[in-house]
Amino acid sequence: MHELPVTQSILQIALKHANEAGATRVEDIHIVMGELSSSVDDSVQFYWDIIAKDTLAEGATLHFRRVPAEMQCQACSEKFRPNDEYLCPKCGGAQVKIVAGEEFYVEAIDVDK
Amino acid sequence: MTERIPVVENILSANDRLAEENRARIESAGVFSINLMASPGAGKTSLIEKTLPPLKDKLRVAVVDGDIATSLDADRAAAAGAQASIQVNTGGECHLDAVMLHGALNQLDLKQFDLLMVENVGNLVCPAEFRLGTHKSVLIASVPEGADKPYKYPGMYRGVDALIINKIDLLPYIDFDMDFFRRGVEALNPGVITFPVSCRTGEGMDAWINWLIENTK
Ligand SMILES: [Zn+2]
Repeated sequence: MHELPVTQSILQIALKHANEAGATRVEDIHIVMGELSSSVDDSVQFYWDIIAKDTLAEGATLHFRRVPAEMQCQACSEKFRPNDEYLCPKCGGAQVKIVAGEEFYVEAIDVDK
Repeated sequence: MTERIPVVENILSANDRLAEENRARIESAGVFSINLMASPGAGKTSLIEKTLPPLKDKLRVAVVDGDIATSLDADRAAAAGAQASIQVNTGGECHLDAVMLHGALNQLDLKQFDLLMVENVGNLVCPAEFRLGTHKSVLIASVPEGADKPYKYPGMYRGVDALIINKIDLLPYIDFDMDFFRRGVEALNPGVITFPVSCRTGEGMDAWINWLIENTK
């Protein structure tokens, strides 16, 4: 499991942006996580409560917006969720590519000033 | 009062920055480097054992071996002819990251080598996300694992530069739909170079070895 390094990165990013904004406290952290990008789970919040202690972000709530994986057919442009065979459900085409689901970033933080 | 601050910063960007540092270091020493990834049992260590002897007298090879606990694999790499083999204990982590490779590079005099092979932890989920800074990522799949692996682990197949399909000597005995497998790979990673091999019989190994030599030049 790699929740710990991931949690540390999120904390670093949040603190950097909170400091730049002159915040006194970080209330919420909004994270975007693509279905294909990461295997971290809800235990990130557990690590958070330990590693964010005594920082501006102590007690902040982590919100995860999960982005489903999406494929697009190169023949007809149809977008669809990856199925068992990676075939376009509309035209049956096999020329498909991943267009969403690899995101993994901090989107925004809510801070007190 | 509460204010929203837009951030949009990649969570693994710190790792990625260190990976770039690793890359610069490897490159300035004139070394070609690969990150070998596979599921447990795909034949990662035997691939290294079969790869090293033909490279003897051609390339000076260092192997960095990431493992959750033992140093068995690094010992096997040394026995097969690696000029240096470094064990990185991941401390329970399921993947190597740029920090761990950075530590391993500190133990190597990179100028003494032509090729650096990093053997990642056997795992099909996490290692692809953590860039190390190597030139190429190589995934080893094996036929007995089943042709549906690209459909089950898209993340791993997505980010690699070369794909080794190991244990092809077993193809006559098991039900493995190569076309289905290749189609899944192509959807995720168009044009990725593939090497069907058998570490047991040696079939196909020449193409793989030549690819390493050409890239190392
Ligand atoms: Zn279509």
